[in-house]
Amino acid sequence: MGGTHGTETTAGPVLGPVSPEETGATGEAGGNPEAMAAVTRAVRAVLPANAVVSDRIELRTYECDGLAHYRVTPALVVLPQTTEQLAAVVRACAEHGVPFVARGSGTGLSGGALPRADGVLVVTSRMRTIHEIRPADQRAVVDPGVLNLDVTHAATPTGYYYAPDPSSQQICSIGGNLAENSGGAHCLKYGFTTNHVLGAEFVTPQGEVVQLGGLAPDAPGYDLLGAVVGSEGTLGIATRAVVKLTRLPQEVRTLLAGFASTDDAGAATSAIIGAGIVPAAIEMMDALAIEAAEAATHCDYPAGAGAVLVVELDGPAVEVEHEFAQVERTCREHGAFALRVATDATERALIWKGRKSAFAAVGRISPDYIVQDGVIPRTALPGVLRAIAELSASSGVRVANVFHAGDGNLHPLVLFDDAVEGAGKAAEEVSGAILDLCIGSGGSITGEHGVGIDKAAYMPKMFSDEDLDTMQLVRCAFDPDGIANPGKVFPTPRLCGEVPGKKRGAPHPLVAAGKAEAF
Amino acid sequence: MTALGTDLGAARSALTSACGDVADATEADAVDGVQPALVARPASTPEVAEVLRAAAAHGLAVVPRGRGTKLTWGRPPERADLVVDLSRLAAVLDHAAGDLIVEAQAGTPLADVQRTVAAAGQRLALDGTVEGATVGGTLATNASGPSRVGVGTARDLLIGVTVVRADGVVARAGGRVVKNVAGYDLGKLVIGSFGTLAVVTEAVFRLHPLPAARRVVTAPFDRPEEAQRLVQQVVQAQVVPSAVEVDWPAGGPGSVSVLLEGIEAGVEGRTATTRQLLGPDAAASPDPPAGWARYPWADGPGRPTALKATFALSGLARVLATARSAAADAGTAIDLRGSGGAGVLYGALPADADAAAVAAVVERLRAVCTRAGGALVVLDAPPQVEAAVDTWGPVPALDLMRRVKERFDPERRLAPGRFVGGL
Ligand SMILES: Cc1cc2nc3c(=O)[nH]c(=O)nc-3n(C[C@@H](O)[C@@H](O)[C@H](O)COP(=O)(O)OP(=O)(O)OC[C@H]3O[C@@H](n4cnc5c(N)ncnc54)[C@H](O)[C@@H]3O)c2cc1C
Ligand SMILES: Cc1cc2nc3c(=O)[nH]c(=O)nc-3n(C[C@H](O)[C@H](O)[C@H](O)COP(=O)(O)OP(=O)(O)OC[C@H]3O[C@@H](n4cnc5c(N)ncnc54)[C@H](O)[C@@H]3O)c2cc1C
Repeated sequence: MGGTHGTETTAGPVLGPVSPEETGATGEAGGNPEAMAAVTRAVRAVLPANAVVSDRIELRTYECDGLAHYRVTPALVVLPQTTEQLAAVVRACAEHGVPFVARGSGTGLSGGALPRADGVLVVTSRMRTIHEIRPADQRAVVDPGVLNLDVTHAATPTGYYYAPDPSSQQICSIGGNLAENSGGAHCLKYGFTTNHVLGAEFVTPQGEVVQLGGLAPDAPGYDLLGAVVGSEGTLGIATRAVVKLTRLPQEVRTLLAGFASTDDAGAATSAIIGAGIVPAAIEMMDALAIEAAEAATHCDYPAGAGAVLVVELDGPAVEVEHEFAQVERTCREHGAFALRVATDATERALIWKGRKSAFAAVGRISPDYIVQDGVIPRTALPGVLRAIAELSASSGVRVANVFHAGDGNLHPLVLFDDAVEGAGKAAEEVSGAILDLCIGSGGSITGEHGVGIDKAAYMPKMFSDEDLDTMQLVRCAFDPDGIANPGKVFPTPRLCGEVPGKKRGAPHPLVAAGKAEAF
Repeated sequence: MTALGTDLGAARSALTSACGDVADATEADAVDGVQPALVARPASTPEVAEVLRAAAAHGLAVVPRGRGTKLTWGRPPERADLVVDLSRLAAVLDHAAGDLIVEAQAGTPLADVQRTVAAAGQRLALDGTVEGATVGGTLATNASGPSRVGVGTARDLLIGVTVVRADGVVARAGGRVVKNVAGYDLGKLVIGSFGTLAVVTEAVFRLHPLPAARRVVTAPFDRPEEAQRLVQQVVQAQVVPSAVEVDWPAGGPGSVSVLLEGIEAGVEGRTATTRQLLGPDAAASPDPPAGWARYPWADGPGRPTALKATFALSGLARVLATARSAAADAGTAIDLRGSGGAGVLYGALPADADAAAVAAVVERLRAVCTRAGGALVVLDAPPQVEAAVDTWGPVPALDLMRRVKERFDPERRLAPGRFVGGL
């Protein structure tokens, strides 16, 4: 997608208490050669030759996802074309106790689709059929590898679109979106992936194919789909999704407003929301982010602005017009010194260009950077931004701020030059401290990029042992052998054991050796 | 059968030291015909935890209760020793108006939450379909009303939850911010679980601004195809309805009602457009029609059979037609009402309807709903009917659900047997 993101420039790690390598989260190469050989044989028996990759050189091309700092060469890569093939692969893994990792487009920014050295990477890129566009039902039925934007393209002629719009929407897959519960600039008004996925065909870690939800809402029984969405591939693999289609709005209007400071822009944001307006999006960029975007895209943002807001309203024309006037007024009242309005698609694209290219653009002003993703309550914005500025000043590490201001989802870009001794470590420390600020303000360690391998070590800062244990109950119900994307999301490897009350036999060797907690 | 037997005294004293308010259950505490021995009224999350730990130690089967307004929903529990009554957890803990969130204890009546947030011009967009319903009961039954077309249901509004597990462990998931993807979304599992997975003690919801203006446009229909045509006219247009309700009382003509909300100038224009879409007989009114946000069984005598039908939108006509003809063929009558614009309809069969007649309606309607990508559930029914029908119908992925239940409640002590597949 023409580099709108710092995936090649290293999006570095956030230092946690334990590095993934030390937890064994990615497995050891050649760990269990017999099992791997058995899985390879089984897989070759059901998949065409060109759908199985075992050549070392070729395997290396799969070694990372969008978080390129972590690299692990998988033991085997498979590219199934059908649910049956995919389920057969998973069954083979289950039979031989081999871990598997699902991958869609590999754009994830938390290392969720990082391979296991001792496991199989299951890539859905050959499952790209849009099965049905059903405008009368406001649904689409699609394969997991279908690209997000392709759903919208297919639906638009019927007057509909697929609302969740991660910035990566040209390349990321619906399966990856489902697994990450992805958001986008417009989720302020329209919600996240979880609000737009109604059903899924799903392969459990035992290789069973089950239906979760469907075309209709409120399927009876536990909402397993609700638990699967956002589970980052740790509960199984989605092989088909039923998604909600949203009617295209009658009118869309976009405003770019320049402010002297992020405080002013933040106050304007609060005032807009406080007035009862629900914009489709409110995005903010600070001076450093503007500088970068300007250098990269010549987006012509107001000169001298300490912050810009991009506010988009959509909906019925009369409402949009009325509320747009209110937004303009509110921005002026809060010190906006420059306003630019887009009323057609071209002008709108120009305003969004600067915002959407912000991550990659930072490459223009810094050789390396970390993309952070944290959430704070919106009202905590001014305080947290000041605290980030103080962190930056005291550490000498520059931080560019780009974020979804409407819902308090921050994307600080922590800049550093890896060629400078210690710079990477200093950046990691600032990045980690920003997460602490988010947690301290009652927020979250991730708003949309997921926990993956990158933030697993931060989970105990946000959740108690009991909370994590309880999540683990779900994990154990789906994946008692822990072979679905193990090492991601949760900090400590845990063994499920038998259902309590049915315990029997000697403790697992890992438990006996003190390497895992029985659960 | 109760597990209590001889050690009722021991259980009672353990519960009493867990929470001051423990009493012998009376007939009024029966859970859908199953008589519990004790009722505990803990006043905080830690007290609920203590109570559940004591219940675990004594092997008591537990049924959580909000205000007991939907306690007959689902199957009767196989056993119920202890009712954990949450009516003392009735506080709105925090309303952060600037962040558009509210945090409330599970026993808080929805109406109290609405009153608190309305003071700041906001609302929790969950319809109180039954008077007195609590936050916890609404979540556990996944109750919803007309506004689901515009803003969705509990699963779209709940952003954080505190639960107490069967073993007394307190766990939280989600948080206090709308955008958050850290960890599994346990809230989703609890919604609609009928108290069989865990006891909800606190919930955090996202809020929406109260609209400045609202109008309802209503048009009559007499044939199911006409109802579907009207609903499609509205949902395929760009009028952004907050609700699209279909009401088809037994015997009478039906109506489609469309709720439009927003600023005055906008609502006015969309009302005019919607009237055009719905044809010459459409009329606009500032207030919703009678029965709005009430289930079709709400006003009938006795304990009617309550059905919930779900389907892909294009199945609306078939569901309406099948319900009415199946009822007529079985010698009974059905009132239908619900969110036609979301693929959800509720049906009420008279309290005195013959069990075989109800079973026949359920079977035919279930077949049609299933073909339309949905399901048919018998929410509530008189005991003789409940015994004669399959409450939940076939449920895909049941084995996986059973495994979830086994992990959360391995001893099957939380409302055993209430839920799908005898969970
Ligand atoms: C005589 C009678 C007539 C009724 N008529 C109607 C009617 O016409 N229409 C209608 O819709 N409803 C009817 N109801 C049910 C209704 O009043 C409710 O639907 C209400 O919304 C449920 O809320 P509640 O808080 O009272 O929950 P409760 O009824 O107390 O509980 C409902 C379910 O949720 C579970 N639960 C409650 N709180 C929690 C918690 N904190 N954690 C976990 N699980 C919990 C319970 O175990 C139970 O399974 C009737 C009830 C009665 C007794
Ligand atoms: C430039 C850029 C901008 C981005 N902007 C946003 C944004 O605005 N909002 C946002 O939310 N994210 C954003 N992201 C992150 C990323 O694009 C999303 O997380 C996306 O959903 C990942 O999709 P993918 O197909 O690339 O998944 P992958 O990276 O391949 O996988 C992501 C996770 O999903 C699992 N997974 C993949 N497919 C399946 C499946 N079928 N079943 C089960 N699990 C599966 C994997 O195991 C992994 O844990 C951005 C990334 C980039 C590079």
